[in-house]
Formats: sequence, C-alpha cells, structure tokens
Amino acid sequence: MEELHKIIDKNGLIVAFILVGLLTWLTDLFSKKVLNSKIPGSALAIFLALVFGYLGGVFGNGEHGLADLGLFKGLATLGGSMFRDFAIVATAIGASFLLIRKSGLLGLISLVLGVVVFFLAGVVLAWAWGYRDAVSLCTIGAGACTYIVGPVTGGAIGASSEVIALSIGTGVVKTITVTILTPILAKKIGLNNPSAAMAFGGIMGTSSGVAAGLAATDPKLVPYGAVTATFYTGLGCLVCPSLFYLLLDWVL
Amino acid sequence: MIQGLAILSASFILGMWTGELLGTLLGIKANVGGVGFAMIFLILAKEFLTRKGWWKSEFEFGIEFWNKLYIPVVIAMAASLNVKAAISSGTLAIFAGILPVLLAFCVFHYLVKSFKAA
Repeated sequence: MEELHKIIDKNGLIVAFILVGLLTWLTDLFSKKVLNSKIPGSALAIFLALVFGYLGGVFGNGEHGLADLGLFKGLATLGGSMFRDFAIVATAIGASFLLIRKSGLLGLISLVLGVVVFFLAGVVLAWAWGYRDAVSLCTIGAGACTYIVGPVTGGAIGASSEVIALSIGTGVVKTITVTILTPILAKKIGLNNPSAAMAFGGIMGTSSGVAAGLAATDPKLVPYGAVTATFYTGLGCLVCPSLFYLLLDWVL
Repeated sequence: MIQGLAILSASFILGMWTGELLGTLLGIKANVGGVGFAMIFLILAKEFLTRKGWWKSEFEFGIEFWNKLYIPVVIAMAASLNVKAAISSGTLAIFAGILPVLLAFCVFHYLVKSFKAA
C-alpha cells in the first residue's frame, strides 16, 4: 500500500484522468439507462463534480474543493486555468470564422449588456443587504460579474478583505448557477445556434460557467460562447473600478 | 499530430500574450480576452494553411484530442472549485450569485428574440 500511495502522490494528473474517466463512464451509463438520455451524461458529471467539490471543502478545509484531499489533488492541475484555457482554444477548431464575424455585433452588444446587468443587479442586492458605501457596493457588484472582476475591483478601490471575500463567493456562486441552469433552460430561451451562443457568452460572462453549461447543452456551441465570454472578465476589470465606481460614487 | 499541437500551442501563447499586452495597455492587472485572441489566431492559422494547401488532416488530430478533453477538464475544474466557501460566505453571496443570472437569462431571451426580428 505504501508504494501505491507514493505512486498516486507522484502522478496526480494521471490519477485525475482515471477519476474523471470513471465518473463520466458512470454518468453516461446512468444517463442512457435510467434517464433515457434526457439529461446529458456530461451535465450530470459536472453537477456531481460540484457536489464532490463541496464535500471536498467540508473534509479538506482548503480552497480547492475535492483537490485538497491527497488522492484527488491532480484534479486541480487538470481543472486548472492552463488546461482549461488550452482546451477552450482547441474547441475553436470546430468553429467557423464566418459565423463569428457575422455575429460580432450581437456579441459586442451582449458583452456590454452583460456587464451592466450583472453589476447593477449586484449593487441593488448589496444595497438591500444594508451596504451603503460606494466601495463595498461597487466591489460586490463587480463580484456579481465574475470572481476575478470582484477582487480586482475591490483591490483597486480599497475594499475591506471581508467584502472582497464576499465578492469572490458571489462570483463562484454565479459560475455554479450558470453551469447548472444553462442545460436546463437552453431550449426555452432559444440557445441552440452559434450566434445565440455568442450572445449567451457575452451576457453571462463567466468563462467557466458558460463553457461548462454549453458543454452540457451542446458541445458544438462551446467555442462560440467562449469566444465572447473571454472578453467579459477583461471588460469588467476595466470598467468596474473606473467608470462604474465613479458613477456610483457620484450617485450616492 | 505534433505539428497540429504545435500550431494550437503557438496560437495559445500568442493569444495570451496579446491579451496580456492589451491588459497592460489599458492599465489593468488582467488578461483581456487572451483566450478569445488565441481562438481567432487558431482559426486564421487553419484558414491560411488550408488555402496554401499545407494543412494536413493529421494536424487536426492533435488539436481534436484537446478539443475532446475539454469536458473532462471542466469536470475536474468543477470538482476543484471552492463550492463550500461560496455557499458559506453568506446569504448575500448566494442571492447575488443566483438572482442576476436569472435576470440575465431573461435579458438574453429578449436580445435573441429582437435580433431575430430585426
């Protein structure tokens, strides 16, 4: 056993391949046999992974969900930003440049709309929860955009660490919500073609949430959603601590 | 196979670099659209090579592998998110994480509808 532990510890990434492979095998089987493929296996796997992430947080008391437990630590490598971004870029091989260019305007409108909607909604909710100062309101509104925009904004305008933590928490909840709701609502809201996926990526903005949600809906749509979503965090980091903060400060 | 992977990797690095430069140019500490630029570079590289007749179907295999690996990566990412902290950082985090998303789904619905009508 000692030897096996050593091998697992040394080859975390390889172990992660086994774990994810096993999980998707089981969820695919469950989806086909029990649910008649009504819910895609990958959607189940992503949802279960979130549940495991929660359990990992409970038992491991760290910041990386399940990856904080020794046996599972390779998951943080496989699911880290390098592999995530690399795999997202690879999905572009299936995308058509013509379609992207054709929907460029829609994508741009949705990006601006997305940042504004999330920021405003976040600010209104923070106000309802009793926050009254522009710095905290702005940071929480930024957190409602993504969990990167929140701390970048908070750091830039000098928010307290408690508020920054809250903004990160908000952003992570957003990612999870988008991941779970996208495959459920996709049909109802007409999310079934490349240009709709581009608008969706721009409005929702969380690259991980959009990409995971679209992967569970229809993998062909992933590159279109990702190509706009990737600009969202940058746009948010640009306008939240500057333009939006000044506007908010002026309104108060 | 490895040539395809090299094209993918080169697009990736170039795109990330562009995103980082744009971030610095705008004076913010974030990568602005690096992934998006990388995707566009990859698509353009493929267009260019296909037109020149240099693109081989073998190339695609090296990229296709990573394309297919995408969902497993997302699953691993989901399992390594700090779900517990997100849920326990207070009711505001939960509400501010969920309600705007619902609102955004409505906005998306109308945006797509109005664009179709136009």
